[in-house]
Amino acid sequence: MAKQEIDRRFNKFGTVSFMGVSKTNDFIDYLEQGKVMGTRCKTCGKTFFPPRADCFHSLTSGMEWFEVSGAGTLQTFSTLRYAPVGFEGDLPYTIAVVDYGDYKVFGRIDKAIASPDDELKVGMKMKAMAGKTANGQSTYFFQKA
Amino acid sequence: MSKVGIIGVGQSSFVRSYPGSIRELAFEAYSDAMRDAQITNDLIDATVICSSPEYDKQRSPAGVVAEYLGLNPQPTFYVETLCSSSSTGLKLAYSLVKSGLHSCVMVLGFQIMSQLTSAESQERMGRGADIQWESPFGTMMPAYYALHAQAHFAKYGTTPDDLALIRIKSGTYGQLNERAVFRKEVTPDMFADKDGFGSPVSSPLRVGDCCANADGSSCIIVASEEKAKALCKKPVWILGIGSASAPVNMAGRDQYSGLLVGIESGKQAYKMAGITPKHVDVAEVHDCFTIAEMMATENLGFAEPGGGAELIRAKETYKEGSIPVNVDGGLLSKGHPIGATGGSQVRTIVLQLRGEAGAIQVKDPTIGLVHNIGGVGLYGNVTILGRE
Repeated sequence: MAKQEIDRRFNKFGTVSFMGVSKTNDFIDYLEQGKVMGTRCKTCGKTFFPPRADCFHSLTSGMEWFEVSGAGTLQTFSTLRYAPVGFEGDLPYTIAVVDYGDYKVFGRIDKAIASPDDELKVGMKMKAMAGKTANGQSTYFFQKA
Repeated sequence: MSKVGIIGVGQSSFVRSYPGSIRELAFEAYSDAMRDAQITNDLIDATVICSSPEYDKQRSPAGVVAEYLGLNPQPTFYVETLCSSSSTGLKLAYSLVKSGLHSCVMVLGFQIMSQLTSAESQERMGRGADIQWESPFGTMMPAYYALHAQAHFAKYGTTPDDLALIRIKSGTYGQLNERAVFRKEVTPDMFADKDGFGSPVSSPLRVGDCCANADGSSCIIVASEEKAKALCKKPVWILGIGSASAPVNMAGRDQYSGLLVGIESGKQAYKMAGITPKHVDVAEVHDCFTIAEMMATENLGFAEPGGGAELIRAKETYKEGSIPVNVDGGLLSKGHPIGATGGSQVRTIVLQLRGEAGAIQVKDPTIGLVHNIGGVGLYGNVTILGRE
């Protein structure tokens, strides 16, 4: 009998991934297709970002994927000048939270924004885009909408 | 309703690099608390050992510490809620005594952080957040609190200079605390030094806005009302305990200018104690970063939301002010050995209520409050203590 391969696709997420196995591993395939996706419970309609495999409300695991699209509102951000082990090569980088109404998304600001602390303002419109990290891993980042 | 009292408190010096093992560090707080309580250890019928794992090699440290302190065969329990571990331990001890299962319980918190580099420590602390969906972006504790500072600035017009005032206050009192790791005065000029306190860490927070990692231990001995009255001349009573949790991922939060766990656990503790914020005479709040103290003063009702800046500008949180906060130097100057921090805050308030706080004694306090947060507002405990 062929040995079953363990699905470790989540190892491909971010500069350093700390885990590989999750029931939401399709998130990585969607990222590679250029889409940032969340999940929605087919029973109660509750939306989740980050995506989840299970709905604590409906007690089901019947979820469907939806695309994080359009513009959200920048809630807050910070530019790191010091990094934890494994992220030193990315410095400086900016993390942020963007509110889409039904859900919020945590992630990084696009490096194309040269001076985030000068260019960004809480309340401005941002959009999430799939992309690659400097070391070729899958990720997403925010750009001005 | 029977009460639960604190009959002994102890703390090691908080130091940059402790020259010993975790069991030896635990002994320092243990011996200090035992001398304070003037009891023999056969009276202690259970221990709660608190720390945050992954800073040392020892797994399941409760057994090792209980053995070293001569506390076998009494049961021992290990409690972990990141930086709020020992105030969570106090809640467990309170419950054990209140239920009648035990009559005298020791809460011992410890942490040795110096065996790791600062970057390694940040990586581990970062993994106290969401390792699947946040850590791959390169998060760390200062950055998460910086997100809150940015949101507070945007909403209320708070400035980096306001945050610096909080650090200056902690320096004032850290100098007086012989067990603090940082015992120097802090001046506004220090924040102008781009290679020192003014060096950016994660905007808008600078080096001067962050507490130092430290090694240390703390110990609190609690007892039933009957035992506390029999054993202790000045028992301090636990009047209220509130606890809460919040979504780990920042995307799950509904605000960034305050900590939901601080608000919720404060409400519970005030209700249980039957008091309002105005009744609090002295407080220890979780100031791992300057912004954390500012949010705490607002979340606990010492100021309106957004009023934290005015509170520190008016020096109301100094020893002589309307609500003295962190007059032992706080985490910022005293240091923050994660598992020991909550117990150390409790010790400071107990000494204040007994009138034994020395140079930092607040005038005749009757009610004190301890606010201890785990992770980035992931866990929170607010404990209200009183003389009566």
